[in-house]
Amino acid sequence: MSDFLEIWSYLAENQLLWLSGTLAAYVLADKLFRTAGRTPYLNPVLISVLILACLLWLTDTSFPVYFEGAQFIHFMLGPATVALAVPLFINFARVRKSLLPILAALFAGSLTAIISAVGIAWALGISGESLLSLAPKSATAPVAMGISDSIGGSPTLTAVLVLLTGVIGAVAATPLLNLLRIKDWRARGFATGVAAHGIGTARAFQVNDTAGAFAAVGMGLNALLTALLVPLLIALML
Amino acid sequence: MILAVLLLLICQLIGEVIARMLGLPLPGPVLGLALLLILFIVHKPIFARVQPTAQGLLQHLSLLFVPAGVGIVGHVDRLGTEGFGILMALILSTLLAIAIGALVFAGVSKLCGDTEENLEKGANNE
Repeated sequence: MSDFLEIWSYLAENQLLWLSGTLAAYVLADKLFRTAGRTPYLNPVLISVLILACLLWLTDTSFPVYFEGAQFIHFMLGPATVALAVPLFINFARVRKSLLPILAALFAGSLTAIISAVGIAWALGISGESLLSLAPKSATAPVAMGISDSIGGSPTLTAVLVLLTGVIGAVAATPLLNLLRIKDWRARGFATGVAAHGIGTARAFQVNDTAGAFAAVGMGLNALLTALLVPLLIALML
Repeated sequence: MILAVLLLLICQLIGEVIARMLGLPLPGPVLGLALLLILFIVHKPIFARVQPTAQGLLQHLSLLFVPAGVGIVGHVDRLGTEGFGILMALILSTLLAIAIGALVFAGVSKLCGDTEENLEKGANNE
């Protein structure tokens, strides 16, 4: 038993443990997601987070200790954002052809996401840091966290809200868009990318390549627009 | 592959530097994305070099959100008291944004007389 404790105290101090833990949780969640027929309710990000949150609680590990190890995965968000230039370039000609619908849907989706989130939360009695942290939640995580920080929100809370937004979007997009009878893959993907960033984009790629590419375009453009709009709207609304 | 990773990192780095130098509210990686896109347009062979690595990375995009998501453990108290309001705001605003974005896209596309080649096979087979 003392051997085990010794090994544990070594591992608990080591970045390798939670780096492996994060990958293992994701592999498990992804396996579950696939065997369940890719139902969006079992979103692999959400399942991984739940598994890891339970593990942290069971082992009495703090988030900063966990993040020491997991930061290597988190770091890759930056290069992955840059890598979105690839699907954008592949679809460059089609994007240029759909420029008008793209710009109109970008402004409509981005404004709706920001104003309705802050408005609804405010009406339900949310205020202060939590309210500010909600404003950029449709933008991709690294962008939203930066915006949140600059307007006086909490970046880590924003990260969680961004994740939840992505999962909600990934779960709801297909049934919602079917209900609205929208069959244009460009419109379906683009709106999902604008409203639900990378997680929505990952979902869109699972459904259809065109939808995925347009989701990536929507996510990239909304990262830009949210960064510009949120400080402006917050000044106007509050 | 290493060259491709290096290029992604350099684009991000230049993006961060530009954002800070000019005091732009834009995150570095987003500027890096724009920069890489310009490089592809200016010099197409770069695209072939980067494509496999970039697509490999994007295939596992979901994984990269996990560490930030685990940050939820630090906000359990807040979510206990404000959870309902926050969750309602998230659900409703996300549904609204998807619906309005898609309707506007489809509407404007129709107004432009855009004959849609993307209607393949219908959207209901998912």
